[in-house]
Amino acid sequence: MAGPVQSIERAAAILRLLAAGPRRLGLGEVAASLGLAKGTAHGILRTLQHVDFVEQDAATGKYQLGAALLHLGTSYLDVNELRSRSINWADALAARSGEAVRLGTPLEGKVLVVHHVFRPDDTLQTLDVGALLPLHASSLGKVLLAYGTTPLDAALESGLDAYTRHTLVAPEQLTQALAEVREVGWAAEVQEMSMGEAGLSAPIRGHGGLVVGAIGLSGPVERICDSQGRPRPSLITLIREAARAISRDLGAARW
Amino acid sequence: MVERYVMSIDQGTNSTRCILFDHGGRLAAVAQREHQQHFPKPGWVEHDAVEIWHNLRRVIPEALSGANLAAEQVAAAGVANQRETTVLWDRHTGTPLGRAIVWQDTRTAPLVEDLRRRPGEEFFLERCGLPPSTYFSALRIRWLFDHVKGLEQRAKDGEVLFGTMESWLIWNLTGGADGGLHITDPTNASRTMLMNIRTLTWDEELLAFFGVPRLMLPEIRSSAETYGEARTLLPGLRLTAALGDQQAALFGQTCFSPGEAKCTYGTGSFLLLNTGTDVVRSRHGLLTTVAYKIGDQQPVYALEGSIAVTGSLVQWFRDRLGLISSAPEIETLARTVEDNGGCYIVPAFSGLFAPRWRSDARGVIVGLTSYITRGHLARAVLEATGWQTREVVDAMNADSSVALKELKVDGGMTADNLLMQFVADVLDVPVVRPMVAETVSLGAAYAAGLAAGYWPDLEVLRRNWHPAARWLPDMDPGRRDAEYDNWQRAVERSLGWIRPPRS
Repeated sequence: MAGPVQSIERAAAILRLLAAGPRRLGLGEVAASLGLAKGTAHGILRTLQHVDFVEQDAATGKYQLGAALLHLGTSYLDVNELRSRSINWADALAARSGEAVRLGTPLEGKVLVVHHVFRPDDTLQTLDVGALLPLHASSLGKVLLAYGTTPLDAALESGLDAYTRHTLVAPEQLTQALAEVREVGWAAEVQEMSMGEAGLSAPIRGHGGLVVGAIGLSGPVERICDSQGRPRPSLITLIREAARAISRDLGAARW
Repeated sequence: MVERYVMSIDQGTNSTRCILFDHGGRLAAVAQREHQQHFPKPGWVEHDAVEIWHNLRRVIPEALSGANLAAEQVAAAGVANQRETTVLWDRHTGTPLGRAIVWQDTRTAPLVEDLRRRPGEEFFLERCGLPPSTYFSALRIRWLFDHVKGLEQRAKDGEVLFGTMESWLIWNLTGGADGGLHITDPTNASRTMLMNIRTLTWDEELLAFFGVPRLMLPEIRSSAETYGEARTLLPGLRLTAALGDQQAALFGQTCFSPGEAKCTYGTGSFLLLNTGTDVVRSRHGLLTTVAYKIGDQQPVYALEGSIAVTGSLVQWFRDRLGLISSAPEIETLARTVEDNGGCYIVPAFSGLFAPRWRSDARGVIVGLTSYITRGHLARAVLEATGWQTREVVDAMNADSSVALKELKVDGGMTADNLLMQFVADVLDVPVVRPMVAETVSLGAAYAAGLAAGYWPDLEVLRRNWHPAARWLPDMDPGRRDAEYDNWQRAVERSLGWIRPPRS
């Protein structure tokens, strides 16, 4: 087994040091207090600043704890920012797939639709930004559950409502489905929320690979799935490409 | 067969972008870089033209590598650009003679007052379709001649070139001092106050009036035709279109028929109405401008309502007040309150453009009480964009025989749902966003692709247009009227703030 990672230990020490007093500290003070070379301390501070755990005062150059640390439990990405950064790729996904596209983030045990692109067939459709979808019965929600963006325990405790006879209502069924989502990297929902409809989604990742939301498309089951009822691979490819493009834009390195 | 794409270069007020589109008009790759805004004095706004050229040199390869494309897969490239921004550079060295003066810059305000008195608006409206305003390029050239020693003489001697951003970038792309093409198109030239709006050629009387030597001006070519090939960056790349950004957006929204209109929400916002081959004179403060000229076809004209400050008010809120850390957060902040709390912001940072054209106006925040929070201010910021749109739509309806039934929108601010709903509410018509919000880039790509034969005709482009979102009006008419009245009273308070210097 690998030993402790030295730079993470040092980062933790820097955070403790900054948390210890109300005063902002300069680079020299941080380095001297911890017995680190200035260059080393600077590299760690820069990284902590990059993830918003540390803030640098513009006038004095001194460091303090970042606001993000106070909100560690809540989403760090503003949903309107997420929409703004995703809009081009969501449009392209709708145009290429021919289906309606939605982006979802968690809100109080549901999926909040933060962005919606109409199906590009010029039919009359209603914008449903702000609508709430069930976590366990939507492909967007399954992605958010599978990657820990929203806690599974809470969803299980509040009970899994049956929307159709295909809805996953048994906790072990859902847990198994989520493991599969993590394995393949995308989620499907086939007639689990309403009969005749299906949806496919993939995770959107931010810094460090953290999943901050989900992007997916939905439509009539015969268009989303092939004659055997399996999600069409071509659509999955398109969704994953869109999700990767947004993730890259948000600063996720490898996706 | 290897798929081919059309490249669009959008040189905007805040950033330079390169986007690749496929046959379906769908976005395949995008790269962008912001450039610095220089505010050396109140009312002055400048860009570094060299920084912008360097940014272009970076975004083009970034866009190609982002989509794993080879240079040969680019069928043609078109340029859309921030309009009116004025660059002067040395013909022999390619070095800009000072920073570019940006369209929002108001340093020429005293000159505007002089021109209004003598020879009067009619002289200009008759020739170029524009009233004197700090907005247009000719006044900046005159200002530079009057304030930079020796510049006018050097220009007369043929050592100086003038251009808006498309001219500067195309000149650099096609060889620069070593034989670069010095060209523009009628949409850009129609914003200089130097082009005759009917003949689409440089107007001798206007040139004489402003004292601008013909030698420094670019050749006016069509908006879509083969100009030439790039000789640097992507040697051999065919350059086949140039359009001012707002005309590009009209084209990208496929508003090809008279009566079709769009509004682009960016730094400023611009509502353009296609008027066909007729040159329509507005009686309500709109500009007559060239919409596009394809190859050797008849030019198509438009009426334009230009709003100077919309998105840039959000940027000001972010960068100068520091109340939000990213532009989209304005919506989050605005949603922390139910309404504007009685607060209104009139962002007359560069005076007021359409339909009022008041260079003596400056920004005001009215209705402040101790009740007002930053959430209310955020609401007022967004609502300012809605009400300014309403004023322009009212002017357009007054000028046109048919009232606007639906507004096509595009641009970055269309990602803001609260704002788009508000626009629908105050206009009382549906607001529709197309599947490609980047219509400025798309329009330049469409024009370039048409000229290169990548797309056969306008009908094919029309079929690419699909609604991606639609906001329906949902505001009580009484409230709408009361709020509009409040807005108009707020605007009254912004007028007349700048006084002529005491002599």
